Amino acid sequence: MGGLIPGASTFAGPIDSLFMIVLVVTGVAFVLVEGVLVYFLVRYRHREGGKATYTHGNRRVELAWTIVPGLMLFWLAVYQYNTWINAKIFLPGSSEALTVDVSANQFEWQVTYPGPDGLLDSPDDIKAPINLLHFPVDRPVIIRLTSVDVLHSFFIPALRVKQDAVPGRQVTFWFEAIEPGEYELACAELCGLGHYRMRGQVTLESQAEFDAWLADVAARSQ
Amino acid sequence: MSHASSTPGHAHITPIWQGIPTPKFAVWLFLASEIMFFTGLIVAYISLRYSLPDWPVAAELLSVPLVAFNTFILICSSVTMVLAYDSAERGDLRRSSYLLLATAILGAIFLSIQAIEWADLMGEGVRAASSMFGGTFYTLTGFHGTHVAIGVIWVTAVALKAFRGGYDENHLGIELAGLYWHFVDVVWIILFTIIYLI
Amino acid sequence: MTHVHEIDQQLEMAPAPELSFLRKYVFSTDHKVIGKQFLFSSLIFFMFGGLLALLMRTQLAWPWQEIPILGKYIYGSTGNILAPEGYPALVTMHGTIMIFFFIIPVLSGAFGNFLIPLMIGARDMAFPRLNMLSYWFMVPAFLVMLAGFFVEGGTAAAGWTSYVPLSALSDMIPGSGLGQTLWIISLVLVGTSSTMGAINYITTIVMMRAEGMHMFRLPMTLWALFITAILVLLATPVLTSALLLLLFDRTIGTSFFLPEGGGNPLMWQHLFWFYSHPAVYIMILPAMGMASDMISCFSRKPLFGYKPMVYSIMAIAGLGFIVWGHHMFQSGMNPVLGITFMTSTMMIALPSAIKTFNWLATLWQGQIQLTAPMLNALAFVSTFVIGGLSGVFAAATPVDIFLHDTFWIVGHIHYVLFGGSLFGVFGAVQYWFPKMFGRMMSESWGKVHFVLTFVTFNLVFFPMFLLGANGMPRRIADPYNYTYLQNLQGLNQFMTISAYVLALAQVVLIANFFVSLFRGQRAVDNPWNANTLEWATTSPPPLENFHKVPMVYRGPYEYSSPQAEEDWLPQNRELLPAPAD
Repeated sequence: MGGLIPGASTFAGPIDSLFMIVLVVTGVAFVLVEGVLVYFLVRYRHREGGKATYTHGNRRVELAWTIVPGLMLFWLAVYQYNTWINAKIFLPGSSEALTVDVSANQFEWQVTYPGPDGLLDSPDDIKAPINLLHFPVDRPVIIRLTSVDVLHSFFIPALRVKQDAVPGRQVTFWFEAIEPGEYELACAELCGLGHYRMRGQVTLESQAEFDAWLADVAARSQ
Repeated sequence: MSHASSTPGHAHITPIWQGIPTPKFAVWLFLASEIMFFTGLIVAYISLRYSLPDWPVAAELLSVPLVAFNTFILICSSVTMVLAYDSAERGDLRRSSYLLLATAILGAIFLSIQAIEWADLMGEGVRAASSMFGGTFYTLTGFHGTHVAIGVIWVTAVALKAFRGGYDENHLGIELAGLYWHFVDVVWIILFTIIYLI
Repeated sequence: MTHVHEIDQQLEMAPAPELSFLRKYVFSTDHKVIGKQFLFSSLIFFMFGGLLALLMRTQLAWPWQEIPILGKYIYGSTGNILAPEGYPALVTMHGTIMIFFFIIPVLSGAFGNFLIPLMIGARDMAFPRLNMLSYWFMVPAFLVMLAGFFVEGGTAAAGWTSYVPLSALSDMIPGSGLGQTLWIISLVLVGTSSTMGAINYITTIVMMRAEGMHMFRLPMTLWALFITAILVLLATPVLTSALLLLLFDRTIGTSFFLPEGGGNPLMWQHLFWFYSHPAVYIMILPAMGMASDMISCFSRKPLFGYKPMVYSIMAIAGLGFIVWGHHMFQSGMNPVLGITFMTSTMMIALPSAIKTFNWLATLWQGQIQLTAPMLNALAFVSTFVIGGLSGVFAAATPVDIFLHDTFWIVGHIHYVLFGGSLFGVFGAVQYWFPKMFGRMMSESWGKVHFVLTFVTFNLVFFPMFLLGANGMPRRIADPYNYTYLQNLQGLNQFMTISAYVLALAQVVLIANFFVSLFRGQRAVDNPWNANTLEWATTSPPPLENFHKVPMVYRGPYEYSSPQAEEDWLPQNRELLPAPAD
């Protein structure tokens, strides 16, 4: 086991490889530091008649282990910028994306889909059954997230999305699913007694299957 | 390296660092923490005010002339405090005592006028719970007022001690009360500006 | 210019009047007694916080099952089973108690108080009565916090982070009623106590050093406590302001954090984390300082890179004020801030890395004595490294999208707080016990405690990274409600059983502590042949600390110095020039 659970969105590739890069860098650091530590404890164990080396430090060595890790850490930060910008600052165009409203409350998720007019905030919007979420694959999905009461957090591990739902404001984020299947949505911000059971059932499917499901939901609610 | 000052016949030794006696150093540290406390409140106020679309114009709800006068009172109290310290430096502890008392009285006047302002505002229906303006107004001026009240008590105690000759040999205590008093005054200048003027 | 030791001679200590039991042990102004008061209260809360953790671990292993033995007493009304609202309350109180009533008081309150005057060669703190007041502000804080367990609705249950609106609205969770209000009041009292202590510590270290104790001759323990006190002084008031605003939202109808009234829930997070991020450094820096002193002493070598070590502590503290947003990457705050906070957060790993390298270099070519204190100091280094490295993942904002609010973070924080701070405390307790109580603790039982604790600690907490990588969120009373987490129950059970053993291992330390208190071998002045000033007086020290105030001639790390025959050279030993022949 060396990574995160299998991913199902376009974010998974970049995020998982960033995880791996950090794992390699920290893994090497870990092995080196702990290895040296254990080695020194054995090698420089107190011996009868032994004498420790009297030194207060070494300027060159200090500079080296300041500058090299410093540059590495800075590089590690900068290297992440693009993935973050793409996930949280960039938004796909609304013409190709499916925009959806998600409202969180104690302790359930309510998704509202645009109706036949293709727009939200219009009379033909379709409310999905509570805690059921369907999304098409291979198409960007934009989520407008809010909460009705306290903080919640929209976390679909497989899609590599997490966004806090804040009452009084609407936070917009996006993803593009690529792997059809059944997944789960978890609430990732303590929201009360029922926080542990604020579970959503997520279905990722082809556009055609999605359209069929949505039409079915609309018909049932007539 | 720290050395110490002592006065003949007086057993209490006060270490000094860079010319600052220990109690004064500690009061500055205390003021640093108080600055951070008011910073938290002020940052919250500014952030909330500028995130909301409409904010009442202070002049419509409050009497800016009255508060300007009140600010003047508080500044006068800082002047009397400076004069009190100055007198003590020159050895005139009697004059210092009277000026300390004047400082406390001016502080009490400031609080009374603030109370009148609060009563007026409540009469107009502005309460802590009624609006963000109300909430921030009473919180900021309330915490400041509490600090003034504590200052009035402190300065009065110092004044009484001065009258009884308690600072004849060492008037550091007067200086310390002065530091706190000036701090409270500076906070008011800031609050006055961001609540009433801007 | 009058020197402190000359004043000392002038002062002619009159024999201290015999104090009543109350004045000597309860309302004492003696820093050594106050330090011990903090030590004992902290250890009691440590055990209580640990018990709460065991209840949490039990729930995660066997959700909604009857809890053996304790279930009857705690959850009798719900059939000996954790009450539905119990889990968030447990989580909240475990965090709150461990942070505010254990780690911070034991490091700054207990060791800070006990060691600062002794290590600088002073007779007491600058303000002994303020010192006493700072302990006695903790007592009402304890009582108010504990009262929460007995009121209707129970204790606060919105997390130790108390995010709004959950913590601001009384009907959002049981425990958001009176319990939450009591929690707020208790923390305001704790903050007041901390601030008083900070003023005292900073003033004492600057003003009351003995002759010759230049700032760059201070042991790392004191540099760390000094910088920590500055953090406490400047950060705590911001928490106080946030707590009071929250109190007003709850009690007088304001809406600073509530959207209906125009307030901003995220502002709570900003104000809270502006304090709470420096708070994590408040919780680790003293342990780093103490570890440096122990590692140097037991390697019989000077600390490698003393000035870089000091500057690193300053850098950690300074940078610590500009990283708070990394707790809020997914909060809905402007994502551009994710870029800035990620960068500053990555950089704050640097000074900690520098310190780690210097600890290793101190061991290099030393004469290492694996005493119980040293083993714990080394455990500090090894587990702190894991904690720090795991933080790099969370600092990486895109990766944090997955890891935030999962058990990865719980693993990270426990590696730095338990692995780091707590092993540091275990080491410090055993290192300074002889000085505090005049007796030695058992070396062999100390080693037994160390081995059991080190092994089981890793068995409990390392798997948390696996849980996090599998997407298991925090603060979830029953993870197996989610299909994707059901395969983790076995691992959780393994961790819980390890946690029980870890808890039992602490009984060894507690027993060692108390038995040694009464039956330990009498300690000499300087059982470790250490250089710092506290070892230049008796164990325990007299009331006035030093019969004769020491004069300081050198830094604290002159081990194996060519100038001395022994492998140690105390700070206060005057070296006379060799007679000329």
